[in-house]
Amino acid sequence: MNRAVAIFAALLALALPLSLLAGRVWLDPAGTPNAAVILAELRLPRAVLAIIVGAGLGASGAAMQGYLRNPLADPGLFGIAPGAALGAVVALWFGYTVSPWLLPLFALIGAGGAMALLAAIAGRTGGIALFTLAGLMVASLAGALTALAISMAPNAFAMSEIVMWLNGALTDRSWREVWIAAPLVALGVLLLWRSGRSLDALTLGEPVARSLGVNPAALLWLLIAGVGLTVGAGVAVAGIIGFVGLIVPHLVRPLTDRRPSQLILPSALAGALLVLVADCVVRILPLVTELRLGIALSLLGAPFFLWLLLRMRRGLA
Amino acid sequence: MNLSAQDLTVAGRLADLSLTLAPGRITAICGPNGAGKSTLLEALAGLLTPDSGAVLTDDSPLAALPPRERGKLLGYLPQAHEIAWDVPVRSLVELGRLPHGDSLVGPVDAALAALDIAHLADRRAQSLSGGETARVLLARVLAGEPRWILADEPLAALDIGHQLALLRHLRAAADAGAGVVLVLHDLAHAMNHADRVVVLDRGAVAADDVPSAALAPAIVRRVWGVECDWLGDPGARALVAR
Repeated sequence: MNRAVAIFAALLALALPLSLLAGRVWLDPAGTPNAAVILAELRLPRAVLAIIVGAGLGASGAAMQGYLRNPLADPGLFGIAPGAALGAVVALWFGYTVSPWLLPLFALIGAGGAMALLAAIAGRTGGIALFTLAGLMVASLAGALTALAISMAPNAFAMSEIVMWLNGALTDRSWREVWIAAPLVALGVLLLWRSGRSLDALTLGEPVARSLGVNPAALLWLLIAGVGLTVGAGVAVAGIIGFVGLIVPHLVRPLTDRRPSQLILPSALAGALLVLVADCVVRILPLVTELRLGIALSLLGAPFFLWLLLRMRRGLA
Repeated sequence: MNLSAQDLTVAGRLADLSLTLAPGRITAICGPNGAGKSTLLEALAGLLTPDSGAVLTDDSPLAALPPRERGKLLGYLPQAHEIAWDVPVRSLVELGRLPHGDSLVGPVDAALAALDIAHLADRRAQSLSGGETARVLLARVLAGEPRWILADEPLAALDIGHQLALLRHLRAAADAGAGVVLVLHDLAHAMNHADRVVVLDRGAVAADDVPSAALAPAIVRRVWGVECDWLGDPGARALVAR
């Protein structure tokens, strides 16, 4: 276990109980009426879901940056999140929200479709350039279809539902969403973690990695499945939450020895921490309607990232 | 254990090329730009699938080996010195153990010591000079204890001191029993340091002999189109163009 894992695990253990107390109503476990119900049915599932979604986004960001050998890679670029969003939008468009299982199910189908398309285009040869281009095209296609669905929404209510949902949030989530996302994200993080040694070998370039016995096609399948499960499940239960996959590996990397394999687990923990804390912040902010988590993370993330780039400018130039 | 190419054809690069290499020696592959040197090395390393023909280790086809077994057998060092992340030197050298599925300290330490870079073990890879990087990357290959070392232009971008040092390290590996195959542009290094030289021209073997015969002025004139003479004593010859 490396230092970064210990740091972020400790911070997460500290943040979780605090997050349970924070909200529009500050909980005093002894004094607040119905404290036990609020905790067990509202805040705990929401906090656990934040941890699950954040862990998936952080781990997949770290793995994608390692795979593409590029610190600017973000799992959202590779079509899986837009594919999942498209699936959810289809469910909203047809008003299939009668059963609370349908929307996540449609989102997972959308993510699966994007994964299948990526694998069909790039999976055979396992080339990095082909994979990146295929991902960008899948993302752009899913984005266009989502925009089409919005513009042709059957009624204003469906349209506003879709637009709201696209900006991810963890409001009014229950244990049901936790049970949907937890096993998928856990399996996804496990697959990404398993790709670690191959990602380390890619540090020396694709030919050397292959000469060391890395099978590029197998690695690509592992990553498509890992990112698909983590990001797809995350979008299915929380909508689009950007920037976590991009920022978190940057924050964690200086705390590791910079080997991609050493970045995946701490990035999962740091992603969980970031989403958990950000969700607390949007809950506490004294606004009339709660700020959407997806918007908040972008509002925080973009300036933060600019600051990081300004600070690193000398190193990158 | 021999490594051989049998009727190897790669469209536009290699034409029906056959070659058998013996271990314990340094073989230099020379030829003009575009002659197919790097393609031949990649094929020998099992990194590209030929259009026809095969690469054999002893008598079994290399392509039939699982990638990790092939990785234990063959250490490949490309020309590009790519190091994507600023990892510690020791973990970079440890990557050579990847086909073995371990990170044994012994071979890693031995590789670091063989290339006189034990003092760099805790340094960051991207902070090294060109000569240090070249030695670290060769140490990565040695740490895997491969039976064959296949290096593409290992001396490019190094100054003469580092070139000679690296050649000494490669000679030591050959003396220890490994087969060493080098793509070399510098004909003088091939002449002075190789046991055997294979001259490629337009994807075919133009000469395959001891250096003094394979790089004779007549062959250099025919393949490179350069009139030249070798000066000096064996082992310290210099090429002068006329």
